[in-house]
Amino acid sequence: MTTEREITCIVCPLGCKIFVRSDGTAVETLKGNKCNKGVDYARNEVFDPRRLLTTSLLVKHGEWPLVSVKSSQPVPKEKIFSLLKELRKTTIEAPVKCGQILIKNAAYIGIDILATKTVKKSGKTIAVSPKKSR
Amino acid sequence: MINERFDVVVIGGGPAGLAAAVSAKQHGAESVLVLDRNSWLGGILPQCIHDGFGVEETGTSMTGPEYAEIYIQEGKQQEIRFMTETMVLRLEKNLEMIAVNKKDIFNIKAGTIVLATGCREKTRWHALIPGTRPSGIYTAGVAQALINLYNIMPGKNIVILGSGDVGLIMARRLTLEGANVLAVAELLPYASGLPRNIVQCLDDYDIPLFLNHTITCIGGKERVEQVTIQQVDDQWMPIPGTEKQISCDTLLLSLGLIPENELAKGVGIEIDGRTGGPVVNQRFETTRPGVFACGNSLQVYDTVDMLAIDAQRAGGHAAISVVQTQDTTIRKAKPHAVNVIAGVSVRSVVPQQVNEGGIVRFTLRVQRPSSVAVLRVLAGSRELLRKKLPWVNPVNLISVDVLIPDDVIMSGKNIEVIISDH
Repeated sequence: MTTEREITCIVCPLGCKIFVRSDGTAVETLKGNKCNKGVDYARNEVFDPRRLLTTSLLVKHGEWPLVSVKSSQPVPKEKIFSLLKELRKTTIEAPVKCGQILIKNAAYIGIDILATKTVKKSGKTIAVSPKKSR
Repeated sequence: MINERFDVVVIGGGPAGLAAAVSAKQHGAESVLVLDRNSWLGGILPQCIHDGFGVEETGTSMTGPEYAEIYIQEGKQQEIRFMTETMVLRLEKNLEMIAVNKKDIFNIKAGTIVLATGCREKTRWHALIPGTRPSGIYTAGVAQALINLYNIMPGKNIVILGSGDVGLIMARRLTLEGANVLAVAELLPYASGLPRNIVQCLDDYDIPLFLNHTITCIGGKERVEQVTIQQVDDQWMPIPGTEKQISCDTLLLSLGLIPENELAKGVGIEIDGRTGGPVVNQRFETTRPGVFACGNSLQVYDTVDMLAIDAQRAGGHAAISVVQTQDTTIRKAKPHAVNVIAGVSVRSVVPQQVNEGGIVRFTLRVQRPSSVAVLRVLAGSRELLRKKLPWVNPVNLISVDVLIPDDVIMSGKNIEVIISDH
């Protein structure tokens, strides 16, 4: 079945509008992208949409109560919420170094979780608890 | 009181300040000081945990904290002096300043100063939203700091006013943290944020965006209980009969940013009403010689990449200026300076003055989106540049290099930047 879609590329802030025509298994026509990164993005968006996941994990004994993290690769869109559920259960002990792998093969989907921030150990004890609401 | 002296003093340790400081060191400044009110460096970057930073500048996409870490490491390697939790109270006319922290008061003398004081978010009072005054109303950036730095959720059922990038990013962030984002309302007929953020922050999670809508009433006694969203006409006036009540406990405001220039104003630096930042020349020097400006205190940028590239140039000029004037105590303003005017369909342009011929990089913002646009730079009836642009949008800052001949500077005539359709 031939499908036609206009996809807004999210690789960079330019946000090219890419026209894609596909027969269901391969991309037939592709136009509007200003660079090659757009080709890969548009193809994935049609067949296997993924997003890089950025969130944070709880930290024990750190100068901050959280450390920001990212997925080592883009995560299939439909797996984002189950992965987040898994990450909410995790607490990391300070210190944490930016770039450090904090969880290997998270939620068994072959994706690692990396720290994107350095969090030093703190003298003060901050209580670790799930997100408080205000 | 402690007396100190530095070649270049940078006020503000956010992305612009860090980029300017690193560049000042690379351009020959021997001693560089960065002052910041916060306990950390990087400004707003540590709370911007999403990715997309550095694509234009380095070709790789980073998160905010990662991007900040690169500049902080670079700064430490170059032995830049950082003073955090230190606030500059006042600039003096002779390039001195008074700063204060928990330990002492400092009188700091600078060869040149770089203002990188950033910006602030517009609040409910800028949009004059009627209604009660309950808790649960936050600017998007404050909510972002609460969630990403302090582990506090601002609420559960959220409405966002304004489709600026911070608001869009927060719509996704709140959704990922388990909150319900019920609606994003935008006064304009188009989104204010980048297209990529509409896709990956709203469309991905089926969050409705109401264009041509605003919030006309906030209800609730102790806590926000509901907001009224209403359609507006092309004069931005609410259309009677289109009111819709949404039950919620939290309202996030993403209404735009205002450059913060209290220090600059205090020392008499001229401010451009269009950008909200200091009037600068092609070297990013303000109307007070020796004081330079960059970052979001100069003009609100769309991306940290473009901001950092300009801030590096500002820091470089600040350093070169110190080196050049080391032997003389007299600083002379260049005799001829021509004004740069934001003309037809141009909302703002930087620099606002040019006092030397050569290639000048202009950054400008257009008034409204358009698919056919020709950028023209004029000096009287003479055309200095004519460039066809594929499409223009106020969301995207446009950057263009223009050769300004010496005789244009000598003529004293204004340079005008316009967008026309042919």
